[in-house]
Amino acid sequence: MEALTKKLVEAFGPCGFEDEVRDLIREEVAPYADEIEVDQMGNLYALKRGDGSGLKVAIAAHMDEIGLIATHITEEGFVRFTNLGFIIPHTLMGARVRFADGTLGVVSRDKARFVADMDKMPGVDQHFIDVGASSRDNCPVKIGTPGVIWQTMEVQGSRWIARCHDDRIGCVIGVEALKRLAETPHDVYFVFTVQEEVGTRGAATAANRIEPDVAIAVDVTPASDVIEGFPMQMKLGDGPGIKIKDMGMIAHQGLARLMQRRAEEAGIPYQPEVLLVGSTDARAMQIAGPGSAAGAISIPNRYTHTTSEVVDAADVENSVRLLVEILSKPIAL
Amino acid sequence: MNALLKQLTEVNGVSGDEKAVRLLLRDLIKDHVDDYWADAVGNLIALKKGTGESDLRVMVDAHMDEIGLVVKSDGSDGTLEFDKLGGIDNRTLSGKVVHIGKDKIPGVIGLKPVHQSSIRERSAVPSDLRIDIGANKKEEINGKVKISDHVAFVSSYTELGPTAIGKAFDDRAGCAAIVELLRGERYPFDLYAAFTVQEETGMAGALVASYRVKPDVAVVLECTPAYDLPNEKDVSANTKLGAGPCIYVMDNRTMHDPRLVKHVMESAEKHHIPFQIRQPGGGGTNAGKIQQAHIAVPVVTVGLPGRHAHTPNGMISLDDYKNYVKLADAALRELTRDTITRNS
Ligand SMILES: [Zn+2]
Ligand SMILES: [Zn+2]
Repeated sequence: MEALTKKLVEAFGPCGFEDEVRDLIREEVAPYADEIEVDQMGNLYALKRGDGSGLKVAIAAHMDEIGLIATHITEEGFVRFTNLGFIIPHTLMGARVRFADGTLGVVSRDKARFVADMDKMPGVDQHFIDVGASSRDNCPVKIGTPGVIWQTMEVQGSRWIARCHDDRIGCVIGVEALKRLAETPHDVYFVFTVQEEVGTRGAATAANRIEPDVAIAVDVTPASDVIEGFPMQMKLGDGPGIKIKDMGMIAHQGLARLMQRRAEEAGIPYQPEVLLVGSTDARAMQIAGPGSAAGAISIPNRYTHTTSEVVDAADVENSVRLLVEILSKPIAL
Repeated sequence: MNALLKQLTEVNGVSGDEKAVRLLLRDLIKDHVDDYWADAVGNLIALKKGTGESDLRVMVDAHMDEIGLVVKSDGSDGTLEFDKLGGIDNRTLSGKVVHIGKDKIPGVIGLKPVHQSSIRERSAVPSDLRIDIGANKKEEINGKVKISDHVAFVSSYTELGPTAIGKAFDDRAGCAAIVELLRGERYPFDLYAAFTVQEETGMAGALVASYRVKPDVAVVLECTPAYDLPNEKDVSANTKLGAGPCIYVMDNRTMHDPRLVKHVMESAEKHHIPFQIRQPGGGGTNAGKIQQAHIAVPVVTVGLPGRHAHTPNGMISLDDYKNYVKLADAALRELTRDTITRNS
């Protein structure tokens, strides 16, 4: 899984421009899926058929990552930009950017050398990207060109450090669960969604299409075990979170209990998750079409939405195991 | 004088009260379409059947509603309190003439005169504004206006050389463009024209239209704010007046389909129609709701740049308008199943 994670987190896929990620995932799932489809927004569906006795289950992980898009090229050839999804401005200074055409850039901010301004945090619009151009005319980036903050993945012990575990790690877990899922009573749609970071847009249309009975998102959640971390209990390495509630939804409590029971039966560590900020694709799938019983498996992730997000390999492995446990057994709600 | 723009911008249709616009549009299109109907929320949908060459189902959308106000007091002191419908900056309101309700009762939005106000009052954004209909007390208002009456700004369509000034170009310009498309030759595919309601208050009409029509492709025709007057150095305008219709890539509501963005750009280049990329960023059009109403629909928005957006006096370039209609027509005519087929 480490190799697949590296491949996926080093792929380009800001909201609305997920093609590269989709191609990679498609290659991975093709040998294991009974059916593969891509819809008009770019959601990828890999269907694993059940024996006919179970439910229609959607497992959603989003392919998109937060990114940026050029809004103006200055006379000197610097690129102004706006965010695609929630970029924390503090993470921008000195970050590297990769644009859709491969152009690399470095981010700085207006008045960067004025120490007096250091304690003020300028917005995204007061940053610019240097792509090595010297004028508007020779700047390879045009207004409307999308980009991402660029970093390679590094591994240190059990910790995987990468720029967009949110939510490529969910994609990895989905792919791996499909590979390991030998038999299932359910028709399981592994959905790799688009445009989550701009408002769970892909998942809504995907749920309208599939009309699942059960929808489970696999996404990251902020690990709170750092100095003055989030006011929640979520420790890196202590097992996947099982969603009780977040800002966008209340999980189906019967489903949440069933997920906990499956974890306990299989001896998989887990953490009940109550998240005060943010939500996942499950929120959209819960209320799309005729509605579904929705929940989420949440991978503890330190420094979410920064250039160096950190997950623990054990949590990744346990998330896959939990997902396979849930999917290979009956789901009675 | 562009009679179509004049007619369509001078009729009133504040969000939720689009009937007059719908009736006018119906009359303008009925001899040029194969079928038309109003749906439950008040959208006017028209079908122009295709030549049969293509099995695509294409929807083109423009919203009928305009920003405006709604009365929220009974006028016991002779003036009317109001709420805003759509995004309106209070700074643009005082001194404006309005028409209230079906009977178009005239009124003016008042403000403490400069003679009596302090410097501090004058430098603040006015709040607590009222509509004055010239009555002194409730009895005189009685019967003329009521709570929930819609209030539209009064502004007549005027052409000034290459530009035009008026209200509600957002989005009657889009409506006018669709009327022109419907009056033209048949397209290879069935074209559904959706004149939608309540865009300015949350895009309810487009959501319903998309859910019902279930198009394979949708093109939204909008009027897009142009803030291109002399301002700070070295910044891009959202759009520029006179630089051609704009094509949307990204806004707060929608990642416009990259394949369609490319398609519209290629049509513009092929037909030598000037165009601009609308600066990515805030704002939004019906495209998002159409895209996500049901099963994913590829969408793109083409906009007519309009200065002084969401005020009673916007300004457009008449050349831009011509090119806007031309670009919408060309891009639609060249649309095929291949345009939205994914290779992967
Ligand atoms: Zn996420
Ligand atoms: Zn509009």
